[in-house]
Amino acid sequence: MTRAVDPKFSPKVLLASDLAEGDVVFLGADGWERGLSRAKIAYDAAEAAALDAAGKAAVASNRVVDAYLVDVFVDAAGAPTPLHFREKFRAAGPSVRRDLGKQAWLQGAGNR
Amino acid sequence: MTAHDPALPPRPNSAPTIYAYDEYDRAFVRERVAEFRGQVERRLAGALTEEEFRPFRLMNGLYLQLHAYMLRVAIPYGSLTSRQMRQLAYIADKWDKGYGHFTTRQNLQYNWPKLVDVPDILEALADVDMHAIQTSGNCIRNVTADHFAGVAADELEDPRPTAEFLRQWSSAHAEFSFLPRKFKIAVSGAEHDRAAIKIHDIGLRIVKNAEGEIGYEVIVGGGLGRTPFVGKLLREFLPRAQLLAYLEAILRVYNRFGRRDNKYKARIKILVHETGLDEIRAQVEAEFAAMDRAPFAYDAQELERVVAAFAPPAYEALPAHSDGFEKAKAENAEFAAFAAVNVAPHKVPGYAIVTVSLKPIGGIPGDATSAQMRALADATDTYGFGELRVSHEQNIILPHVKRDDLFALWRDLSAAGLATANAGLISDIISCPGLDYCSLATARSIPIAQAISERFADLERQRLIGKLGIKISGCINACGHHHVGAIGILGLEKKGVESYQITLGGDPTLSASIGELLGPGVSAEEVPDVIESLVQFYLAERRDGEAFIDTWRRLGHKRFKESARREGEDGSGI
Repeated sequence: MTRAVDPKFSPKVLLASDLAEGDVVFLGADGWERGLSRAKIAYDAAEAAALDAAGKAAVASNRVVDAYLVDVFVDAAGAPTPLHFREKFRAAGPSVRRDLGKQAWLQGAGNR
Repeated sequence: MTAHDPALPPRPNSAPTIYAYDEYDRAFVRERVAEFRGQVERRLAGALTEEEFRPFRLMNGLYLQLHAYMLRVAIPYGSLTSRQMRQLAYIADKWDKGYGHFTTRQNLQYNWPKLVDVPDILEALADVDMHAIQTSGNCIRNVTADHFAGVAADELEDPRPTAEFLRQWSSAHAEFSFLPRKFKIAVSGAEHDRAAIKIHDIGLRIVKNAEGEIGYEVIVGGGLGRTPFVGKLLREFLPRAQLLAYLEAILRVYNRFGRRDNKYKARIKILVHETGLDEIRAQVEAEFAAMDRAPFAYDAQELERVVAAFAPPAYEALPAHSDGFEKAKAENAEFAAFAAVNVAPHKVPGYAIVTVSLKPIGGIPGDATSAQMRALADATDTYGFGELRVSHEQNIILPHVKRDDLFALWRDLSAAGLATANAGLISDIISCPGLDYCSLATARSIPIAQAISERFADLERQRLIGKLGIKISGCINACGHHHVGAIGILGLEKKGVESYQITLGGDPTLSASIGELLGPGVSAEEVPDVIESLVQFYLAERRDGEAFIDTWRRLGHKRFKESARREGEDGSGI
């Protein structure tokens, strides 16, 4: 769901790598999620700070590695898309192997 | 180096021409696997932080990339057996996603291993005398060598025994485990340099002096990356007996004086550049004169043992000419094209060296599926004495194939999708993984390689164009060797989009040169058009038998630049 946002603030999600598997994960409302669509979105600085703090705590508790905030565009349906191409690839998988990574998993092709 | 027991027989199932681990090697690798298993367990249990764990995983070749962990497996000087290749395929299927990526350092990378599985993967590698030690970190990395070693018609001496000596000397070398930066050594024993020795921290070329003694030409301070340099001649002739001590002296000087304040200025090339070659030489010679050289003393018996490990296979006495080969070429144009491009002269009559291209048209350079790995293993068991090589051009070599068997081999390779006849041609592109996998990358490189490959898909046209090395890196670290591509392409980020700088005139061989910038960066979509315009200009201007790089040298960079600019006015964007 979208909500009123500060036009000067770029919405953000928290991205990290799962420690045990290395898979890209996003912090959601109920914990770490494999899909970007379930990521919790920060719409202002305070929410972003809370996400950042949660990321630091998850790194400290050895749940994830290398957590950082990612600027996203949020569409009318509330779905986030990273603004930078690097994180777009991280959220999808290799652009040269559409049969692998999250893009395959999200399409129900099965993520080996 | 003397820890090896010469009485031990070679390990069963190893190819006769490959160095076989003895008990010392095997115990060392097994101990490291057990050690790393414990480190992984402590990391997963939270006893080690990522900061504490990172050096341990890097020492064992394990990176964390964009989508997953990445494990880089060492293939010493690019040599491996069919048994090892089958094991690489097995690992790809069991713990990864059914493929692997052969790199410009003659290694193999798995792109999807899970941390929890890595100890088991390392155990499986150890089962076939392989490991991932020193494929990362600020240490002496996997030593690379001419992929035609031992079989090249232009070879003075097989560089593999030297490379093996260096592997043993540098493995877990306590003093050089925390160098200012990574350190890469390449060895060549032939007239033509196929190991790119002038772009390594140390390049060794086996040479003969006026007295007919074998020794080494020592080149130091070459490297690519952010600040590319062609290596400089440190010693014209180093007697063989002094090799390890002299390299020890070089590394000591580097370890002592190499910069540690700035990682971008920490490679030995910067030390050589800032200090001056003469001063570095004086320091190395002073260290060499002062040091205790006894631990590095020449051991003729050990050399004999190592050389014996690389003894040639049981070649048959064959005529140089093969009627069957000639007949097959005459009857099958596709095979004739393959033979013209992917088959090289062998030093033994009746045999040939075959390059198996991992660059299918539109494919991912260096990638091989597990099925293809098994096909390669089967092919070399049938036709090549069970041995394979990985080239720094990201291809696979079958070093000993009877000319009589070339047609049958080609048919088998064709069935496995491994018979692309483009070795050394414009679609035989070196490419790093780029931003499709690598966390350091600033832009993608594989799709650029694919687009160029598809643009020049016509193999007949490729043969008309002739030898032309295109090399692509997805960031300034230059893993794709773009600086030494006759056409080099560097992917960068510019104003939030991927942008590609093109360079011309790079050369990785003994006539090494760093490419010159063509102009401002262009978009990904524009790259094939720019390459097309450069190729057309070259074809219009070249003289008989002249390769792209030769035409560029004769005409000069300005002419090519002007040509591309004219194209740019028509829309290529330069």
